[in-house]
Amino acid sequence: MTAEAAEEIAAQDFASIVESHRPQIFRFLLASLRDVDLAETLTQECFLKAHRNWKHFRGDSSAMTWLMRIAINLQKDHWRNRRLQFWRHTQANAIGVDEASDWLPNGERSAEQQIVAREQVAQVWKAVDGLSARQRTVFLLRYVEDRELSEIARATGLSEGTVKAHLSRALARVRAELRGTR
Amino acid sequence: MSWTDKLPEEIDDPMVKGVLENFKASVDAWSDAAYRRPRTVVKAARHNLRLAATWALGCMLAAGSLAGGLYERHRRQELARVEASKAAVKAAEQKAAQEHASPEKAVNVKATAVTKRQPTAVKKAANENEDLLASVDSDVSRQVPAAMEPLAQMMVDNGTD
Repeated sequence: MTAEAAEEIAAQDFASIVESHRPQIFRFLLASLRDVDLAETLTQECFLKAHRNWKHFRGDSSAMTWLMRIAINLQKDHWRNRRLQFWRHTQANAIGVDEASDWLPNGERSAEQQIVAREQVAQVWKAVDGLSARQRTVFLLRYVEDRELSEIARATGLSEGTVKAHLSRALARVRAELRGTR
Repeated sequence: MSWTDKLPEEIDDPMVKGVLENFKASVDAWSDAAYRRPRTVVKAARHNLRLAATWALGCMLAAGSLAGGLYERHRRQELARVEASKAAVKAAEQKAAQEHASPEKAVNVKATAVTKRQPTAVKKAANENEDLLASVDSDVSRQVPAAMEPLAQMMVDNGTD
C-alpha cells in the first residue's frame, strides 16, 4: 500500500467518524454550555483538533471516547479563557433552565403529566447548574450520553472510583432538588 | 438507559430514573432541533456591525483630532495677533514719549552750550543791567513827586533846605 493510498483511507475513516459522532459531541457540548452558537463553535474546533491529531490516534480507546476527551478539554479551556475575559457575554448567550426544559417531547402524556414532567426536567437543569464543572461533565456523560463508567473515566482522565463519587454527589443533588429540599 | 455498571442509587429509584429519562429526551430534542436548524450568517452580520462601529469610532477620533488641531492653531494665531498689537501699541507709546522728551533736551543742551561758550558776555550783560538799575534808582530818588511839591517849596522858604 502506498503512502497516498494510506492517507486516502485515513481521510475516509475520519470523514465517517465526523459523520457518525458529530451530533453526539454537539449534544454533549450543548448540554454543558446551554449555548447553541458556542456548542457549534466548540464542535468545529473539536473536529479540527481531532483531524490535526488523527495520525496520532492509536485506538487505545474508542474514537468516541477520544473525541469526547478533546471536547471536554476544549470546554475547560473555553471557561478558563472566558473567566478572564468576557464570561458575562457567554452567560448572556446561554439560555435559562426553564427555556431548556421546553424541549421535552409530548409522547403519550396528558397535558398535566407534560407540565409535571417539564417542571421536573427544569429542576434537573437547576441541579446541574449548581454542580461543579467536573460533576456536571460526569453527570451529562452518564445520563445524557449513556456512557459506561469506564468510558467516562477514560474521557475525563479520572479513576472509576472518582467518577462514581462525582456521580453519587450529582445524583444526590438532583434528588434533593426534585424533593425540594435544596 | 442501558448501563451495565449501575450505581446502587440508580437501581432503586424509579421516579429519579423516569425524570432522568425525560431529561435525556429533552436534551436530545433540543440538540436535534439545533443541529438541523438552518444556519444564518450571524457572524458576518456581527462582523459588519463591528467593522462599521470601528470605522465610526475611527472617523470620530480623526474628526476630533482635526478639530482640536484647528482650534489650537486658531487660538495660537489669535494669541500672536493680540501680542503683536500689544507690542505695536507699546512701541508707539515709547516713540511718542521719545518725541516729547527730545525738544526739551535740545533746549537744555543748547543753553548749556551757550553758557559754556560765552561766560564773559553773560557777566558783562549782567553788570550793564545792574548799572542801569542803579542810575534809574538815583534819578527816581532825586525827582520829587508833583503831589509833594508844595511841601518841598515850604521847606525851601523856611531856609531849612
